Amino acid sequence: MRSGADRGSGGCAGRGGLCVFSIDLLLDAVVLGVLLGCFYAAVSLGLSVSFGLLDVPHVAHPAFLVLASYAVFVLNEQYGIDPLLGGLLITPFLFLFGLAAYRLYYETFEKRGSDAGVRGIAFFFGIAFIIEVLLILQFGVDQRSVTASYIGKAWRIGDMRIPFRLVVAFGVAAGLTILLALYLSKTFMGRAIRAVAQDQEALRLMGANPIRIKQWAFGIATAVLGISGALLIIVAPVDPVLDRAYIGRTFCVVVMAGLGSMTGTLVAAIILGVAESIVLTLFGASWAPAISFALLLGVLAVRPQGLFGRRS
Amino acid sequence: MNRNGILFWIGAALFLLIIALMTHFVRNEYPFFAGYVILQFIVLAVAWSILGGHAGYVNFGTSAFFGMGVYTAVFLFKVAGAPLAVQIAAAAAVGALMGFALGLITLRMQGIFFSIATIAATIVIETSITNWRYVGGAAGIQLQRPPVTPPFDGYVQMLFFVQALLVVLAVAISRYIQSSWIGRGLQALRDDELAAECTGVPTLRLKVLACVISGALMCAAGAPAAMYLQYADPSSAFNLNYSVSVLAMSLIGGTAHWLGPVVGAILLGSTQQLLTVTISSEVNVLVLGVMLVLFVVGAPEGLIGLLKKIRKEGK
Repeated sequence: MRSGADRGSGGCAGRGGLCVFSIDLLLDAVVLGVLLGCFYAAVSLGLSVSFGLLDVPHVAHPAFLVLASYAVFVLNEQYGIDPLLGGLLITPFLFLFGLAAYRLYYETFEKRGSDAGVRGIAFFFGIAFIIEVLLILQFGVDQRSVTASYIGKAWRIGDMRIPFRLVVAFGVAAGLTILLALYLSKTFMGRAIRAVAQDQEALRLMGANPIRIKQWAFGIATAVLGISGALLIIVAPVDPVLDRAYIGRTFCVVVMAGLGSMTGTLVAAIILGVAESIVLTLFGASWAPAISFALLLGVLAVRPQGLFGRRS
Repeated sequence: MNRNGILFWIGAALFLLIIALMTHFVRNEYPFFAGYVILQFIVLAVAWSILGGHAGYVNFGTSAFFGMGVYTAVFLFKVAGAPLAVQIAAAAAVGALMGFALGLITLRMQGIFFSIATIAATIVIETSITNWRYVGGAAGIQLQRPPVTPPFDGYVQMLFFVQALLVVLAVAISRYIQSSWIGRGLQALRDDELAAECTGVPTLRLKVLACVISGALMCAAGAPAAMYLQYADPSSAFNLNYSVSVLAMSLIGGTAHWLGPVVGAILLGSTQQLLTVTISSEVNVLVLGVMLVLFVVGAPEGLIGLLKKIRKEGK
């Protein structure tokens, strides 16, 4: 995340030498970390469904996310459409795209048997690389950003400066999480999706078609990327290879959450956000990429089922 | 030694002889530059297949091992001006240790979780190196090659020959593993880890052993790269492209036989060299992605698998 650079001067790393521990600084880092964490939750929700519930090794999720950001960017640049509205506009297309993508994945991997995970991850890496290069060829390697009235402003509370775009991301992300959690627990289709994650065979015996349900779920997981992609480009400029940084963040959040729990996703994302923010403040931006991966590694090694795991 | 074994060693000796003759009689330096990269990928792909092919554990940490090989060489060269052989030997030791650690940490993980953990480990190591000022930090470090030792005319020629030696070593190890109890044990645990464990296959020890061998070879393959480029920086030494390229090479060739990764590395490696020179490195990555998807979808057993299929149908 580049937001660290925005406030790097406030951290100890900027001054060099030993850091004098200060409560103000820490509080600042925690507040920003919580906001950042909600944003991470928003970009991880789709993966929480596709990987967490459906067991699809979707390493191309961050690449799809960046792709959605570029769609939002084009709508904003060409037609002056607000990024969040743009994200909503592309959502139906993403949904259809997700339906098609799952069909392809199912026909080529899951149908053939047990090796799906291993070759699936290679497949999605291939897709991610293709998306990266196509974006580079189309837009170049420069960073792109969007314009909207709420970008660039900040709230001041005492000494603390809170960028308004993070507040927007926070609000939208919280709304999105609640919406998705409600969908999965209250609606018929949502419950069917959770059922298919628990026991596909049982569902088949009940006369339901697990594949259609999973396809629908993957469609939703992809559709969510519309808003997530909009948030991604609102929070910081986007470039074609940004997805690599988000492989760690999104998988860290989803694994830490314990596959498939939406509220768990929010909590895990906030933990990651706060951890990143504190490390940024204390040690500087150059350590930032390792935080999510180190957390992920720790969680995988110590508690593979996640903090709020649904499986033993 | 059986007939195949004798044939293999004659082939290996011939291969090294041709390489040695090339270093003496080819004047143009470019074939060595390009050939070096292809040989390096053969070592990496063969090493990767020891764990990824036999045991079915998809390691995305190739770049971590490769990068550590590079930086072991950089460190030793900066501290003591260590000669190339020492750099490679030390890198192999570091790789073996890393493989051991990786094996221990990731023992409980299976399938995709193992893969994700290896990506995670790569980034953590890369970040640590980036923050290590002594070996250049994020900006990288320039290295001055020492004078070349006599039988060779130029340093690149020597590196080319050294990498060819590593190829022979890697392939010999991989061949041995395939036909020994290690390979059979690994295949058993790939097919069904629980069943293998129950029938007395020491799955734990075998996995760690495969990690150690594979890691040592990958690190050794990375060590000469520091002198080859005369420069090292973390973001290119630990580039994810190495991991994905090597995975693609193994899958394209097929992992059922030791020859698969060799064929895959030669094919994809030379295509990449050609594309980088003629078009651009971006298109190179695009081709990598497309080939990966095509083969995973269309020929899951790789070229070796395709050949076997054709032969079966022909009979």
